[in-house]
Amino acid sequence: MSSEMTLEIITPEGIAFQGVVDEVTIPGTEGEFGVLKGHAPMLGSVGIGTLSIEKDRSRIFYAVNTGYAQVSPTRLTLLLETAERSDLIDQQRAEKALKRAEEKIDKLSRDDIEFAMAQAALKRALARINTAGKS
Amino acid sequence: MAALKDIKRKINAVQKTRQITRAMNMVAASKFKAAQTRMQNFRPYAGSFMEMLGDLSSRVSVESHPLLAVRETKRIRAILMTSDRGLCGGFNNNLIKVAERFIIQKQNEGLEVELIPIGKKGRDHFKKKFKTRDARSDVFGKIDMALAVSIANDIIPPFIAEEYDELYLIYNEFVNVSVQKPQTLRIFPIPPFKQAEEKDISNEIEYIYEPSAKTILENLLPMYVHVQIYRAIAETSAGENGARMAAMDNATRNCEEMVSSLTLKYNKARQASITSELMDIVGGTEALAKS
Repeated sequence: MSSEMTLEIITPEGIAFQGVVDEVTIPGTEGEFGVLKGHAPMLGSVGIGTLSIEKDRSRIFYAVNTGYAQVSPTRLTLLLETAERSDLIDQQRAEKALKRAEEKIDKLSRDDIEFAMAQAALKRALARINTAGKS
Repeated sequence: MAALKDIKRKINAVQKTRQITRAMNMVAASKFKAAQTRMQNFRPYAGSFMEMLGDLSSRVSVESHPLLAVRETKRIRAILMTSDRGLCGGFNNNLIKVAERFIIQKQNEGLEVELIPIGKKGRDHFKKKFKTRDARSDVFGKIDMALAVSIANDIIPPFIAEEYDELYLIYNEFVNVSVQKPQTLRIFPIPPFKQAEEKDISNEIEYIYEPSAKTILENLLPMYVHVQIYRAIAETSAGENGARMAAMDNATRNCEEMVSSLTLKYNKARQASITSELMDIVGGTEALAKS
């Protein structure tokens, strides 16, 4: 088996993380899944939520927003729309976004096109608040 | 001595203009740097994305995805990206010219063309002369993926609903600071992807897909549109600021030239006035001495 696993988190704004890690827990669209070194090759889609990275017995958290995970035994590449490290999250802004999304959802009917968008915004805000609380 | 004063005033005015153009050049330079960094940061994402898409499309085939549908072309739309502000040389004009040529060419083929202007300059130019829709302006201040997604949401549903049959993107390809190249790119129907090069052994391994490979590929196609739009916006923005830098640099240089030629003129006029005064005095004393 390979001895280590390299994680790379790539977003449109640049490379958010690059390094050797022990374990990564990913919020997949089909449910959370963990990746250790030596994982079978896999391509999975990532949803909105908290990504957790374990390295040398300490954990780093990222609030992530939709993308894809490409897994090979020695390499994990995450292509994500956004990834924010927990200690860099602006909690107040996230809470404001949450409030805005909640108000929007109250006003809209379920089959409105904007409803799904507001729902996604709500999820994103919640993910950021939850992630920020974990650091 | 009115001429002297006039020249002096003109010199002052040109010097002030030079200060402004130089300041604008510096502002454009810092914006350009930010735009260039954005473009560079985006490269790994776009690269990995295209790699993944190419790899996946060589394993699974999607014949029936609505974004790949080739229909008999009757109505087409074109996104035109221009900047919001001027003073950047021929940058916007070049893009507008390409758009005009494109429209005429397509209309001659008997197609119905609609334009989606992004950026104030293109919008204002075509507002009265041509059918436009979904116009946007003031978008270059904050460029992110959400913007690309929101533009894509204007164009994807009508294409699937068969409101139009082809979509083109007219944008500025960034070559380097001084070279801007207007480009026309077809977005819909999405052209077939380049198959991955000769597969090596690691590619032979079966992948696990979560959810199914087909679902992933279907979700990747709209993302391909996002990536293309984002890239076009980033390149157009870098091009705009590069062009403005060059234009303002030129303007500053022209001001300097003007100042030096005006100073020369000023000195000549000053000398002439001194000479004529001297002549008066000399003439006066000579007249006195004679008497």
